[in-house]
Amino acid sequence: MTLTNPHPMDHTRKVTFRVLDPGLLTTVQDLGRWGYQAFGVSPGGLMDEYAAILTNLLVQNPPDAALLEITLKGPTLRFEKAGWVALGGADCGATLDGKPVPNWSAFYGEAGSTLSLGFVREGCRAYIACRGGFDVPLVMGSRSTYLRAGLGGLQGRALREGDVLEGIGMLESPHKPGGIGNSNRDDGNSSLTVTLPLSLVPRYGSPILLRVLLGPQEDLFEPEGVEIFFSSSYRISHEADRMGYRLEGPKIKHKGKADIVSDALAKGAVQVPGHGMPIVMMADHQTTGGYPKIGTVILADQYLLAQGKPGDEVRFFPCTEEEARIAWQERRDRLALVRAYMDRCWREYA
Amino acid sequence: MKENQTVRFLRMGEACIVVEFGTTIDPEVNERVHRLARRLKEACSHSRVPPLSPTGDSFLHPETTTHGDVNLQGIRELVPTYRSLAVYFDPLVVTRTLLEERIAAFVQEMESPEPSEVLAEDRKLGQQGKTVVVPVCYGGEYGPDLEFVARHTGLSEAEVVRIHTSRTYRVYMLGFLPGFPYLGGMDERIATPRLETPRTRIPAGSVGIAGSQTGFYPLESPGGWRIIGRTPIKAFDPFSDTPFLLSPGDFVQFTYIPEGEYRKLSESGGRP
Repeated sequence: MTLTNPHPMDHTRKVTFRVLDPGLLTTVQDLGRWGYQAFGVSPGGLMDEYAAILTNLLVQNPPDAALLEITLKGPTLRFEKAGWVALGGADCGATLDGKPVPNWSAFYGEAGSTLSLGFVREGCRAYIACRGGFDVPLVMGSRSTYLRAGLGGLQGRALREGDVLEGIGMLESPHKPGGIGNSNRDDGNSSLTVTLPLSLVPRYGSPILLRVLLGPQEDLFEPEGVEIFFSSSYRISHEADRMGYRLEGPKIKHKGKADIVSDALAKGAVQVPGHGMPIVMMADHQTTGGYPKIGTVILADQYLLAQGKPGDEVRFFPCTEEEARIAWQERRDRLALVRAYMDRCWREYA
Repeated sequence: MKENQTVRFLRMGEACIVVEFGTTIDPEVNERVHRLARRLKEACSHSRVPPLSPTGDSFLHPETTTHGDVNLQGIRELVPTYRSLAVYFDPLVVTRTLLEERIAAFVQEMESPEPSEVLAEDRKLGQQGKTVVVPVCYGGEYGPDLEFVARHTGLSEAEVVRIHTSRTYRVYMLGFLPGFPYLGGMDERIATPRLETPRTRIPAGSVGIAGSQTGFYPLESPGGWRIIGRTPIKAFDPFSDTPFLLSPGDFVQFTYIPEGEYRKLSESGGRP
C-alpha cells in the first residue's frame, strides 16, 4: 500500500524540518491502521479527522497524507529546506520568524525560517500539514503513531528535540521559490494566502454537545440510567487521552452486573464500567472491551470531543440513525466543496 | 434489532453492526462467530481496506474493493469476538437495513443443516490450533491480586496457581491490545470479578483473571483485570515477521516458573 499521492515524487524539493522544541505531545498521524482489529490492533490515527483533512486540503494533499498532530502545546520547527505548510485545528497562535501566521492557512516557509506554535487558545489539538505529506515509513499500512505499541510514525513515538522530519516532495509545484511564497511575506498581501473561508472554520469550546445513537447494550441499563445519561452534564476528567475520555458526573445505573463477556468497540462508543461514569472511546481505543456500551457518538460529532480538554463540559443528546447519516453525508459534501475551492485557489496561483 | 434464529443484530453507531450469537463464553457460539467471519471474508474477497482514493468521493470511509460479492459492498472490516461479529461498514455506501438482510441470509445459509461438510471442515480446522506454553511467575510484585483472588475464592494462593496451570485454554479471540488473547474454559473455582475502577497502568506480560476469563497483557496498558502473575513472553512484536504469537483457535498452557527463571527468560528476549 502506498500513499495515494496525485503527483510523482520529486526528491530534490522535499521540505525538511528540524524539531527545536517538540511541544507537549506531537505525533505523526494519518487516517489510521485499518484491517488489524481482529488481532487487537487499534485503527488509531487522527483524533480530529475533520480538522486534519481540512488542513491537508489547504496544501492540496490527499486526505490520507500524514501530518503532525499537536496536543495542547505546539512545537517549534526550523525549515531546513523550504516548502509549503498548512495549519489547522486548534489555534496555537503560530508565528513564522516571529511574525504571526493565521490559523487555517497555507504559507511558504523559506529555508532557515522558524515556525513556532504556542498553547492552544481554544480546543485541544492542532495540525501541521506539509505539501505532499510527512515521509515516515508505512507500518502495517499506515503512517500513524500508535504510542502504546511503539508503532508507526517517527519510531513509534512522539517528536523529540533534534528530530528531523522530511516531507514527500512534489514535482511541478506551481510555486517556484521566490514566487508566491515570497511575495506573500514581503508585501503582506493577505489576499495571496491560501485560507479556509471563515464560514467553514470549525468552532471548538465548552459545552461540547454530542449526538448519540443508543446501543449496542442500552438494554443493560436502567431506564433512569439512560435518562440520566441524556439529561446530565459531564466534565472531561484528567484521564483523557488518545485512547479514551473518562467523564465525571451523575452515575449511570446498570440493571445488573457491569461486566459483560468482551465484545468489539468502535471510536465514539460510550462504555460504562461499574463506577457508573461514561468513558468515550477515542482513536487509540482498545478493539474489545468488557463493559456495556450505552451508546455511540455519531461520526459527524466525534471531532468535537477530540477537541475537548479536561474540565470541559460534555452533554449527550439522543439522535436517529437517519439524522446521523445525513450529518455524515453533509460532512463529506462539505469536504468535497473545500477540495474544489482549494484546487481553484492553487490553480489561480499557478 | 432483529431476531434471526438465535442471532441478534445490534447497533454500535451508524457504521457498525454487531451480529450477536450469544452472551456467554461458549465454544459452540464462538465457532459460529468465526464461521460467519470466514464466510463473509471469503465473499468480500478482501481482508483489509484499500488505500483511500484522492479523487474518489469517499473521504473518510471508502468503499471496499468492488470485486467480490456486490451484496456486501460497503463492508470495511470484520472483527470476530467471543460471541459476536462486528461488521464495520460505510453508511453512505450501504444502509444498515440492507446489510443486515444480506448478513442474515449468510447466517441462514450457514446454519442450515445441509452444509455439514463445511461445518466438519471448520471443526477440523478449529482443532488444529497449536499449543503455546506460557511460563508465568505468580504472585508477589508480579501478581498483586493473587492474594485477593485467593481470599475471594476461599482457596490458598498455591491452589489458585495449581488450578490456573492445570488446563489448556482455547484462544477465543484476540483483542483489547495487539495480540491480547482471550482465553476461555477457566475453572470456575478461581473466577473473580474485574476491578470496579480499572488501573491506569498494568505492566506488559501481566497475567490476569476477569470473571471466568483469563489472559495476559502483551503491552503496558490500563485495565481492570485481577493480576495474578507475569510472563516474560512477548505476544506482540511489530518488528517480527510474525507479529502475533497467537491466532484465534490456538491453545495456551500456563506453567509456573520461579522469579529467577522469569528474569533469565526476560533477558533472552521473551520469545520461545
